[in-house]
Amino acid sequence: MGEKALSLRERLAWGALGLMLFLGLWTFLSTSGIVPSQFLPTPLEVLNRIIRLMTDPFAGATLPQHLASSFQRYALGVLLAAAIGVPLGLLMGWFRLLDNIITPIFDGLRFIAPIAWVPFAALWFGTGIGGPVMIIFAGAFPPCLINAYRGARFVEPRLIEAARMLGTGNARMILEILLPDATPSIVAGLRVSAGLGWQSLVGAELIVAAAGVGFMMVQAQANVATPTVIAGMLAIGAVGMLIDVLLRQGEGWLRRRRGLEA
Amino acid sequence: MGSIRFDKVDKVFGPNTGGVKVLDNINLEIGEREFVAIVGPSGCGKTTCLRMAAGFEAPSAGLVSVSGRPVTAPGPDRAVVFQQFALFPWKTVRQNIELGLRNKKLPTGERADLVAGALKLMNLEGHAEAFPHQLSGGMQQRVAIARAYVLDPEVLLMDEPFGALDAQTRVVMQEELVRLARVNPRTVLFITHAVEEAVYLADRVAVMTRRPCRIKEVLDIRKIRQAENWDKHARIEDVMDLESFVHLRTQIWKSLREEKVANVV
Repeated sequence: MGEKALSLRERLAWGALGLMLFLGLWTFLSTSGIVPSQFLPTPLEVLNRIIRLMTDPFAGATLPQHLASSFQRYALGVLLAAAIGVPLGLLMGWFRLLDNIITPIFDGLRFIAPIAWVPFAALWFGTGIGGPVMIIFAGAFPPCLINAYRGARFVEPRLIEAARMLGTGNARMILEILLPDATPSIVAGLRVSAGLGWQSLVGAELIVAAAGVGFMMVQAQANVATPTVIAGMLAIGAVGMLIDVLLRQGEGWLRRRRGLEA
Repeated sequence: MGSIRFDKVDKVFGPNTGGVKVLDNINLEIGEREFVAIVGPSGCGKTTCLRMAAGFEAPSAGLVSVSGRPVTAPGPDRAVVFQQFALFPWKTVRQNIELGLRNKKLPTGERADLVAGALKLMNLEGHAEAFPHQLSGGMQQRVAIARAYVLDPEVLLMDEPFGALDAQTRVVMQEELVRLARVNPRTVLFITHAVEEAVYLADRVAVMTRRPCRIKEVLDIRKIRQAENWDKHARIEDVMDLESFVHLRTQIWKSLREEKVANVV
Protein backbone atom coordinates (compact mmCIF):
# COMPACT_ATOMS: atom_id res chain seq x y z
CA MET A 1 0.00 0.00 0.00
CA GLY A 2 1.05 3.54 -0.68
CA GLU A 3 4.01 2.58 -2.84
CA LYS A 4 2.49 2.99 -6.28
CA ALA A 5 2.69 6.50 -7.72
CA LEU A 6 -0.71 7.91 -8.63
CA SER A 7 -1.43 9.46 -11.99
CA LEU A 8 -2.31 13.14 -12.12
CA ARG A 9 -5.94 12.30 -12.81
CA GLU A 10 -6.14 9.99 -9.79
CA ARG A 11 -4.52 12.58 -7.58
CA LEU A 12 -6.97 15.22 -8.73
CA ALA A 13 -9.85 12.85 -8.08
CA TRP A 14 -8.75 12.08 -4.53
CA GLY A 15 -8.04 15.76 -3.89
CA ALA A 16 -11.53 16.66 -5.09
CA LEU A 17 -13.01 14.02 -2.80
CA GLY A 18 -11.19 15.52 0.18
CA LEU A 19 -12.39 19.00 -0.71
CA MET A 20 -15.98 17.77 -1.05
CA LEU A 21 -15.87 16.03 2.32
CA PHE A 22 -14.51 19.20 3.88
CA LEU A 23 -17.19 21.41 2.30
CA GLY A 24 -19.86 18.84 3.19
CA LEU A 25 -18.86 18.80 6.86
CA TRP A 26 -18.68 22.59 6.88
CA THR A 27 -22.17 22.93 5.33
CA PHE A 28 -23.57 20.34 7.74
CA LEU A 29 -22.15 22.13 10.80
CA SER A 30 -23.34 25.57 9.71
CA THR A 31 -26.85 24.62 8.52
CA SER A 32 -27.77 22.00 11.13
CA GLY A 33 -27.63 24.52 13.97
CA ILE A 34 -24.89 22.65 15.86
CA VAL A 35 -22.84 25.82 15.46
CA PRO A 36 -24.84 29.11 15.46
CA SER A 37 -24.91 30.41 11.91
CA GLN A 38 -23.51 33.85 12.80
CA PHE A 39 -20.41 32.05 14.18
CA LEU A 40 -19.95 29.76 11.20
CA PRO A 41 -21.39 30.97 7.89
CA THR A 42 -22.09 28.43 5.13
CA PRO A 43 -19.64 27.99 2.25
CA LEU A 44 -22.16 29.64 -0.06
CA GLU A 45 -22.37 32.76 2.12
CA VAL A 46 -18.58 32.97 2.12
CA LEU A 47 -18.44 32.57 -1.65
CA ASN A 48 -20.99 35.37 -2.10
CA ARG A 49 -18.99 37.49 0.28
CA ILE A 50 -15.76 36.92 -1.69
CA ILE A 51 -17.48 37.90 -4.93
CA ARG A 52 -18.87 41.05 -3.27
CA LEU A 53 -15.44 41.91 -1.78
CA MET A 54 -13.92 41.86 -5.26
CA THR A 55 -15.66 45.14 -6.01
CA ASP A 56 -17.23 46.47 -2.76
CA PRO A 57 -14.75 47.91 -0.27
CA PHE A 58 -14.68 46.67 3.32
CA ALA A 59 -12.57 48.52 5.92
CA GLY A 60 -11.56 51.02 3.28
CA ALA A 61 -10.60 48.71 0.41
CA THR A 62 -11.68 45.77 -1.74
CA LEU A 63 -10.18 42.32 -1.16
CA PRO A 64 -7.72 42.62 -4.09
CA GLN A 65 -6.63 46.01 -2.76
CA HIS A 66 -6.11 44.58 0.73
CA LEU A 67 -4.14 41.72 -0.79
CA ALA A 68 -2.00 44.08 -2.82
CA SER A 69 -1.27 46.14 0.27
CA SER A 70 -0.33 42.99 2.21
CA PHE A 71 1.79 41.68 -0.59
CA GLN A 72 3.79 44.87 -0.78
CA ARG A 73 4.79 44.60 2.89
CA TYR A 74 5.39 40.93 2.51
CA ALA A 75 7.68 41.29 -0.51
CA LEU A 76 9.65 44.02 1.21
CA GLY A 77 10.07 41.98 4.41
CA VAL A 78 11.11 38.77 2.65
CA LEU A 79 13.48 40.54 0.26
CA LEU A 80 15.10 42.35 3.15
CA ALA A 81 15.46 39.05 5.04
CA ALA A 82 17.07 37.39 2.00
CA ALA A 83 19.30 40.37 1.25
CA ILE A 84 20.73 40.33 4.77
CA GLY A 85 20.31 36.68 5.79
CA VAL A 86 21.92 34.98 2.78
CA PRO A 87 25.15 37.03 2.67
CA LEU A 88 25.48 36.91 6.45
CA GLY A 89 24.94 33.14 6.45
CA LEU A 90 27.62 32.65 3.79
CA LEU A 91 30.07 34.87 5.67
CA MET A 92 29.38 32.94 8.89
CA GLY A 93 29.93 29.70 6.98
CA TRP A 94 33.37 30.84 5.86
CA PHE A 95 34.71 32.94 8.74
CA ARG A 96 34.75 30.83 11.89
CA LEU A 97 35.19 33.91 14.09
CA LEU A 98 32.02 35.53 12.78
CA ASP A 99 30.22 32.22 13.32
CA ASN A 100 31.41 32.13 16.95
CA ILE A 101 30.28 35.70 17.55
CA ILE A 102 26.85 35.60 15.91
CA THR A 103 25.58 32.04 16.39
CA PRO A 104 24.92 32.26 20.17
CA ILE A 105 22.89 35.47 19.82
CA PHE A 106 21.06 34.18 16.79
CA ASP A 107 20.25 30.83 18.43
CA GLY A 108 18.52 32.70 21.21
CA LEU A 109 16.69 35.23 19.07
CA ARG A 110 15.35 32.82 16.47
CA PHE A 111 13.07 31.07 18.96
CA ILE A 112 11.18 34.28 19.62
CA ALA A 113 8.00 34.07 17.53
CA PRO A 114 7.67 36.88 14.98
CA ILE A 115 4.47 38.01 16.68
CA ALA A 116 6.41 38.66 19.90
CA TRP A 117 8.12 41.54 18.09
CA VAL A 118 4.79 43.31 17.58
CA PRO A 119 5.11 45.85 20.43
CA PHE A 120 8.58 46.91 19.36
CA ALA A 121 7.78 46.79 15.68
CA ALA A 122 4.95 49.24 16.33
CA LEU A 123 7.11 51.44 18.57
CA TRP A 124 10.12 51.54 16.31
CA PHE A 125 8.64 51.46 12.84
CA GLY A 126 4.98 52.43 13.27
CA THR A 127 1.84 50.75 12.00
CA GLY A 128 2.21 51.88 8.39
CA ILE A 129 4.59 49.80 6.36
CA GLY A 130 7.61 49.63 8.70
CA GLY A 131 6.10 47.73 11.63
CA PRO A 132 4.60 44.86 9.63
CA VAL A 133 7.73 44.66 7.46
CA MET A 134 9.83 44.17 10.57
CA ILE A 135 7.58 41.35 11.80
CA ILE A 136 7.70 39.63 8.40
CA PHE A 137 11.45 40.10 8.44
CA ALA A 138 11.58 38.45 11.89
CA GLY A 139 9.72 35.45 10.46
CA ALA A 140 11.60 35.16 7.17
CA PHE A 141 15.13 35.92 8.35
CA PRO A 142 16.12 32.75 10.27
CA PRO A 143 15.60 30.24 7.42
CA CYS A 144 17.51 32.51 5.02
CA LEU A 145 20.46 32.72 7.36
CA ILE A 146 20.43 29.11 8.54
CA ASN A 147 20.23 27.60 5.06
CA ALA A 148 22.91 29.84 3.59
CA TYR A 149 25.12 29.04 6.58
CA ARG A 150 24.56 25.28 6.37
CA GLY A 151 25.04 25.33 2.61
CA ALA A 152 28.35 27.11 3.03
CA ARG A 153 29.50 24.84 5.84
CA PHE A 154 28.74 21.64 3.99
CA VAL A 155 30.49 22.45 0.75
CA GLU A 156 32.46 19.42 -0.43
CA PRO A 157 35.84 19.81 1.37
CA ARG A 158 37.70 18.69 -1.77
CA LEU A 159 36.27 21.65 -3.68
CA ILE A 160 37.46 24.08 -1.04
CA GLU A 161 40.89 22.44 -1.08
CA ALA A 162 40.97 22.67 -4.88
CA ALA A 163 40.02 26.35 -4.75
CA ARG A 164 42.64 27.11 -2.11
CA MET A 165 45.26 25.23 -4.09
CA LEU A 166 44.37 27.48 -7.05
CA GLY A 167 45.07 30.54 -4.90
CA THR A 168 41.45 31.64 -4.46
CA GLY A 169 40.99 34.56 -2.03
CA ASN A 170 38.17 34.98 0.48
CA ALA A 171 35.82 37.13 -1.62
CA ARG A 172 36.05 34.89 -4.67
CA MET A 173 35.82 31.79 -2.47
CA ILE A 174 32.47 33.00 -1.09
CA LEU A 175 31.05 34.26 -4.38
CA GLU A 176 32.27 31.57 -6.77
CA ILE A 177 32.60 28.46 -4.62
CA LEU A 178 30.40 28.68 -1.50
CA LEU A 179 27.47 30.56 -3.08
CA PRO A 180 26.99 28.29 -6.11
CA ASP A 181 27.46 25.14 -4.04
CA ALA A 182 25.04 26.40 -1.39
CA THR A 183 22.43 27.57 -3.91
CA PRO A 184 20.10 24.54 -3.63
CA SER A 185 20.14 24.90 0.15
CA ILE A 186 19.61 28.67 -0.10
CA VAL A 187 16.65 28.25 -2.43
CA ALA A 188 15.11 25.67 -0.08
CA GLY A 189 15.58 28.23 2.72
CA LEU A 190 13.92 30.95 0.67
CA ARG A 191 10.90 28.71 0.21
CA VAL A 192 10.60 28.21 3.95
CA SER A 193 11.16 31.95 4.45
CA ALA A 194 8.45 32.81 1.97
CA GLY A 195 5.99 30.59 3.82
CA LEU A 196 6.89 31.81 7.30
CA GLY A 197 6.92 35.42 6.06
CA TRP A 198 3.41 35.09 4.70
CA GLN A 199 2.20 33.54 7.97
CA SER A 200 3.84 36.30 10.02
CA LEU A 201 2.39 38.97 7.76
CA VAL A 202 -1.17 38.19 8.73
CA GLY A 203 -0.24 38.00 12.38
CA ALA A 204 1.45 41.36 12.07
CA GLU A 205 -1.50 42.98 10.35
CA LEU A 206 -3.95 41.74 12.94
CA ILE A 207 -2.32 44.20 15.30
CA VAL A 208 -0.27 46.81 13.49
CA ALA A 209 -1.58 47.99 10.15
CA ALA A 210 -4.04 50.36 8.60
CA ALA A 211 -4.70 48.20 5.54
CA GLY A 212 -4.15 44.63 4.34
CA VAL A 213 -5.92 41.28 4.63
CA GLY A 214 -5.14 40.94 8.33
CA PHE A 215 -6.48 44.42 9.02
CA MET A 216 -9.64 43.59 7.05
CA MET A 217 -10.12 40.48 9.20
CA VAL A 218 -9.74 42.38 12.48
CA GLN A 219 -12.29 44.93 11.35
CA ALA A 220 -14.64 42.15 10.27
CA GLN A 221 -14.24 40.37 13.60
CA ALA A 222 -15.19 43.57 15.44
CA ASN A 223 -18.41 43.68 13.39
CA VAL A 224 -19.05 39.92 13.74
CA ALA A 225 -18.87 39.80 9.92
CA THR A 226 -17.77 36.16 9.96
CA PRO A 227 -18.08 35.57 6.20
CA THR A 228 -15.53 38.34 5.67
CA VAL A 229 -13.16 36.77 8.21
CA ILE A 230 -13.34 33.43 6.41
CA ALA A 231 -12.94 35.18 3.05
CA GLY A 232 -9.71 36.67 4.39
CA MET A 233 -8.54 33.25 5.62
CA LEU A 234 -9.22 31.67 2.25
CA ALA A 235 -7.41 34.49 0.42
CA ILE A 236 -4.37 34.01 2.68
CA GLY A 237 -4.36 30.27 2.09
CA ALA A 238 -4.73 30.63 -1.67
CA VAL A 239 -1.98 33.23 -2.02
CA GLY A 240 0.34 31.23 0.26
CA MET A 241 -0.22 28.15 -1.87
CA LEU A 242 0.43 30.11 -5.04
CA ILE A 243 3.70 31.50 -3.67
CA ASP A 244 4.85 28.00 -2.72
CA VAL A 245 3.94 26.52 -6.11
CA LEU A 246 5.84 29.27 -7.94
CA LEU A 247 8.94 28.89 -5.77
CA ARG A 248 8.82 25.12 -6.19
CA GLN A 249 8.81 25.60 -9.96
CA GLY A 250 11.78 27.94 -9.66
CA GLU A 251 13.65 25.43 -7.53
CA GLY A 252 13.04 22.62 -10.03
CA TRP A 253 14.22 24.80 -12.91
CA LEU A 254 17.39 25.67 -11.05
CA ARG A 255 18.17 22.04 -10.24
CA ARG A 256 17.62 20.92 -13.82
CA ARG A 257 19.90 23.68 -15.06
CA ARG A 258 22.62 22.39 -12.73
CA GLY A 259 22.32 18.87 -14.08
CA LEU A 260 20.95 17.65 -10.75
CA GLU A 261 17.92 15.42 -10.52
CA ALA A 262 14.84 17.50 -9.88
CA MET B 1 61.18 24.41 -11.36
CA GLY B 2 60.96 23.18 -7.82
CA SER B 3 61.99 20.41 -5.52
CA ILE B 4 60.23 18.72 -2.60
CA ARG B 5 61.85 17.65 0.61
CA PHE B 6 60.48 15.62 3.52
CA ASP B 7 62.84 15.91 6.47
CA LYS B 8 62.25 13.61 9.47
CA VAL B 9 58.50 14.01 9.09
CA ASP B 10 56.08 12.45 11.60
CA LYS B 11 52.30 12.72 11.44
CA VAL B 12 49.99 11.86 14.30
CA PHE B 13 46.23 12.03 13.83
CA GLY B 14 44.17 13.05 16.84
CA PRO B 15 47.13 13.83 19.14
CA ASN B 16 44.71 15.01 21.84
CA THR B 17 42.72 11.77 21.89
CA GLY B 18 45.46 9.20 22.24
CA GLY B 19 46.72 9.65 18.70
CA VAL B 20 47.46 7.37 15.79
CA LYS B 21 50.88 7.70 14.29
CA VAL B 22 50.38 7.45 10.54
CA LEU B 23 53.81 8.59 9.38
CA ASP B 24 57.06 7.78 11.09
CA ASN B 25 60.30 9.55 10.20
CA ILE B 26 59.71 10.15 6.50
CA ASN B 27 62.79 11.30 4.62
CA LEU B 28 62.46 11.83 0.89
CA GLU B 29 63.88 14.28 -1.56
CA ILE B 30 62.43 14.90 -5.00
CA GLY B 31 64.75 16.84 -7.27
CA GLU B 32 63.96 19.28 -10.04
CA ARG B 33 61.99 17.74 -12.91
CA GLU B 34 62.03 14.41 -11.14
CA PHE B 35 58.97 12.14 -11.12
CA VAL B 36 58.71 10.23 -7.87
CA ALA B 37 55.91 7.78 -7.10
CA ILE B 38 55.03 6.55 -3.62
CA VAL B 39 53.43 3.09 -3.63
CA GLY B 40 51.97 1.41 -0.63
CA PRO B 41 48.89 -0.36 0.72
CA SER B 42 45.67 1.57 1.41
CA GLY B 43 45.74 3.52 4.62
CA CYS B 44 49.52 3.63 4.76
CA GLY B 45 49.63 7.42 4.88
CA LYS B 46 50.96 8.03 1.38
CA THR B 47 48.18 10.49 0.63
CA THR B 48 49.00 12.26 3.90
CA CYS B 49 52.51 12.89 2.55
CA LEU B 50 51.04 14.56 -0.50
CA ARG B 51 48.58 16.58 1.55
CA MET B 52 51.41 17.93 3.67
CA ALA B 53 53.33 18.97 0.56
CA ALA B 54 50.14 20.65 -0.70
CA GLY B 55 49.72 22.50 2.59
CA PHE B 56 46.37 20.92 3.50
CA GLU B 57 47.91 19.35 6.57
CA ALA B 58 50.88 20.18 8.76
CA PRO B 59 53.46 17.64 9.94
CA SER B 60 53.43 16.77 13.65
CA ALA B 61 57.21 16.81 13.63
CA GLY B 62 59.89 17.48 11.05
CA LEU B 63 59.74 19.71 8.01
CA VAL B 64 58.15 19.61 4.56
CA SER B 65 59.61 22.14 2.16
CA VAL B 66 59.14 22.94 -1.50
CA SER B 67 62.00 24.63 -3.35
CA GLY B 68 63.64 25.25 -0.01
CA ARG B 69 60.67 27.05 1.56
CA PRO B 70 58.70 25.39 4.38
CA VAL B 71 55.13 24.63 3.35
CA THR B 72 52.60 26.57 5.44
CA ALA B 73 49.43 26.84 3.34
CA PRO B 74 48.06 25.65 -0.02
CA GLY B 75 49.06 27.69 -3.04
CA PRO B 76 49.22 27.68 -6.84
CA ASP B 77 52.96 26.90 -6.83
CA ARG B 78 51.97 23.38 -5.71
CA ALA B 79 49.20 22.22 -8.02
CA VAL B 80 47.19 19.19 -6.89
CA VAL B 81 45.36 16.65 -9.03
CA PHE B 82 42.80 14.84 -6.86
CA GLN B 83 41.56 11.29 -7.22
CA GLN B 84 37.96 12.49 -7.39
CA PHE B 85 38.83 15.29 -9.86
CA ALA B 86 37.37 18.04 -7.62
CA LEU B 87 36.15 20.11 -10.56
CA PHE B 88 33.65 22.89 -9.86
CA PRO B 89 30.37 21.52 -11.23
CA TRP B 90 28.88 24.98 -11.87
CA LYS B 91 31.85 26.11 -13.94
CA THR B 92 32.54 25.13 -17.54
CA VAL B 93 35.77 23.38 -18.52
CA ARG B 94 37.21 26.74 -19.53
CA GLN B 95 36.14 28.44 -16.29
CA ASN B 96 37.60 25.58 -14.24
CA ILE B 97 40.96 25.89 -15.96
CA GLU B 98 40.88 29.67 -15.86
CA LEU B 99 40.18 30.14 -12.13
CA GLY B 100 43.80 29.81 -11.04
CA LEU B 101 44.91 32.26 -13.72
CA ARG B 102 42.27 34.79 -12.65
CA ASN B 103 43.55 34.43 -9.08
CA LYS B 104 47.01 35.26 -10.41
CA LYS B 105 45.43 38.42 -11.89
CA LEU B 106 46.71 37.70 -15.39
CA PRO B 107 45.24 39.90 -18.14
CA THR B 108 42.35 38.47 -20.16
CA GLY B 109 44.29 37.97 -23.39
CA GLU B 110 47.11 36.11 -21.72
CA ARG B 111 44.62 33.95 -19.84
CA ALA B 112 42.82 33.01 -23.03
CA ASP B 113 46.12 31.99 -24.66
CA LEU B 114 47.18 29.88 -21.69
CA VAL B 115 43.77 28.18 -21.44
CA ALA B 116 43.81 27.45 -25.17
CA GLY B 117 47.28 25.93 -24.76
CA ALA B 118 46.18 23.77 -21.83
CA LEU B 119 43.07 22.60 -23.70
CA LYS B 120 45.24 21.62 -26.66
CA LEU B 121 47.80 19.89 -24.47
CA MET B 122 45.14 17.69 -22.88
CA ASN B 123 43.16 17.11 -26.10
CA LEU B 124 40.17 18.96 -24.71
CA GLU B 125 39.55 21.26 -27.66
CA GLY B 126 35.86 21.37 -28.45
CA HIS B 127 34.89 20.74 -24.84
CA ALA B 128 35.77 24.15 -23.42
CA GLU B 129 32.15 25.19 -22.89
CA ALA B 130 30.98 21.83 -21.50
CA PHE B 131 30.16 21.36 -17.82
CA PRO B 132 32.00 18.62 -15.90
CA HIS B 133 28.89 16.46 -15.51
CA GLN B 134 28.63 16.26 -19.30
CA LEU B 135 32.08 14.63 -19.55
CA SER B 136 33.33 11.10 -18.90
CA GLY B 137 35.59 10.40 -15.93
CA GLY B 138 38.69 10.33 -18.12
CA MET B 139 37.81 13.66 -19.70
CA GLN B 140 37.13 15.18 -16.28
CA GLN B 141 40.56 14.12 -15.08
CA ARG B 142 42.09 15.67 -18.21
CA VAL B 143 40.44 18.93 -17.19
CA ALA B 144 41.85 18.61 -13.68
CA ILE B 145 45.34 17.98 -15.08
CA ALA B 146 44.97 20.93 -17.47
CA ARG B 147 43.87 23.08 -14.53
CA ALA B 148 47.06 22.10 -12.68
CA TYR B 149 49.43 22.41 -15.65
CA VAL B 150 48.16 25.82 -16.72
CA LEU B 151 49.38 27.29 -13.43
CA ASP B 152 52.95 26.45 -14.42
CA PRO B 153 53.50 25.20 -10.84
CA GLU B 154 56.82 24.50 -9.18
CA VAL B 155 55.65 21.00 -8.38
CA LEU B 156 52.73 18.79 -9.39
CA LEU B 157 51.10 16.70 -6.68
CA MET B 158 49.01 13.83 -8.03
CA ASP B 159 46.94 11.87 -5.53
CA GLU B 160 45.95 8.55 -7.16
CA PRO B 161 44.76 10.58 -10.14
CA PHE B 162 43.68 7.54 -12.16
CA GLY B 163 42.25 5.56 -9.25
CA ALA B 164 38.65 6.46 -10.10
CA LEU B 165 38.95 5.58 -13.80
CA ASP B 166 38.12 2.32 -15.58
CA ALA B 167 41.04 0.15 -16.71
CA GLN B 168 40.99 1.21 -20.38
CA THR B 169 40.78 4.92 -19.66
CA ARG B 170 43.46 4.51 -17.06
CA VAL B 171 45.93 3.11 -19.59
CA VAL B 172 45.26 5.96 -22.00
CA MET B 173 45.83 8.50 -19.25
CA GLN B 174 49.06 6.84 -18.15
CA GLU B 175 50.41 7.02 -21.70
CA GLU B 176 49.26 10.61 -21.88
CA LEU B 177 51.14 11.46 -18.70
CA VAL B 178 54.33 9.92 -20.05
CA ARG B 179 53.88 11.97 -23.22
CA LEU B 180 53.40 15.12 -21.09
CA ALA B 181 56.47 14.31 -19.02
CA ARG B 182 58.52 14.22 -22.23
CA VAL B 183 57.09 17.43 -23.72
CA ASN B 184 57.17 19.33 -20.48
CA PRO B 185 59.06 17.62 -17.66
CA ARG B 186 57.85 18.56 -14.21
CA THR B 187 58.70 17.89 -10.60
CA VAL B 188 56.00 15.37 -9.72
CA LEU B 189 54.97 13.59 -6.55
CA PHE B 190 52.66 10.80 -7.61
CA ILE B 191 50.68 8.68 -5.15
CA THR B 192 49.35 5.27 -6.17
CA HIS B 193 48.71 1.78 -4.89
CA ALA B 194 49.23 0.32 -8.40
CA VAL B 195 52.79 -0.99 -8.66
CA GLU B 196 52.81 -1.18 -12.47
CA GLU B 197 51.63 2.39 -12.76
CA ALA B 198 54.44 3.55 -10.50
CA VAL B 199 57.12 1.61 -12.39
CA TYR B 200 55.82 2.78 -15.76
CA LEU B 201 55.58 6.47 -14.86
CA ALA B 202 58.18 7.28 -12.27
CA ASP B 203 61.89 8.02 -12.24
CA ARG B 204 62.05 6.67 -8.71
CA VAL B 205 59.59 4.60 -6.72
CA ALA B 206 59.35 4.87 -2.95
CA VAL B 207 57.84 1.80 -1.26
CA MET B 208 55.87 2.58 1.85
CA THR B 209 55.01 0.22 4.68
CA ARG B 210 51.88 -0.13 6.75
CA ARG B 211 51.25 1.74 10.00
CA PRO B 212 53.22 3.39 11.40
CA CYS B 213 54.31 4.14 7.87
CA ARG B 214 57.90 4.43 6.87
CA ILE B 215 59.60 4.53 3.52
CA LYS B 216 61.05 1.06 3.22
CA GLU B 217 63.13 1.52 0.11
CA VAL B 218 63.48 3.77 -2.91
CA LEU B 219 64.12 2.18 -6.32
CA ASP B 220 65.69 4.10 -9.15
CA ILE B 221 63.95 3.19 -12.40
CA ARG B 222 65.81 5.65 -14.65
CA LYS B 223 68.94 3.61 -15.33
CA ILE B 224 67.00 0.52 -16.30
CA ARG B 225 64.52 2.51 -18.36
CA GLN B 226 67.36 4.12 -20.31
CA ALA B 227 69.44 0.96 -20.62
CA GLU B 228 66.47 -1.06 -21.89
CA ASN B 229 65.12 1.87 -23.91
CA TRP B 230 61.52 1.66 -22.62
CA ASP B 231 60.65 4.96 -24.25
CA LYS B 232 60.89 3.57 -27.76
CA HIS B 233 57.66 1.67 -27.04
CA ALA B 234 54.64 3.88 -27.46
CA ARG B 235 52.25 1.45 -25.83
CA ILE B 236 52.17 0.66 -22.17
CA GLU B 237 51.51 -3.06 -22.75
CA ASP B 238 54.73 -3.36 -24.77
CA VAL B 239 56.70 -1.82 -21.92
CA MET B 240 54.96 -4.07 -19.41
CA ASP B 241 56.04 -7.10 -21.43
CA LEU B 242 59.72 -6.27 -21.16
CA GLU B 243 61.73 -8.49 -18.89
CA SER B 244 63.32 -5.52 -17.16
CA PHE B 245 59.86 -4.09 -16.35
CA VAL B 246 58.55 -7.40 -15.06
CA HIS B 247 61.63 -7.82 -12.93
CA LEU B 248 61.23 -4.40 -11.29
CA ARG B 249 57.54 -4.87 -10.77
CA THR B 250 58.11 -8.23 -9.09
CA GLN B 251 60.80 -6.76 -6.90
CA ILE B 252 58.41 -4.08 -5.63
CA TRP B 253 55.58 -6.56 -5.22
CA LYS B 254 57.80 -8.72 -3.07
CA SER B 255 58.85 -5.75 -1.05
CA LEU B 256 55.21 -4.84 -0.37
CA ARG B 257 54.27 -8.42 0.28
CA GLU B 258 57.00 -9.16 2.81
CA GLU B 259 55.62 -6.19 4.58
CA LYS B 260 52.11 -7.62 4.71
CA VAL B 261 53.26 -11.07 5.86
CA ALA B 262 55.43 -9.52 8.55
CA ASN B 263 52.40 -7.66 9.84
CA VAL B 264 50.15 -10.70 9.91
CA VAL B 265 52.76 -12.70 11.85
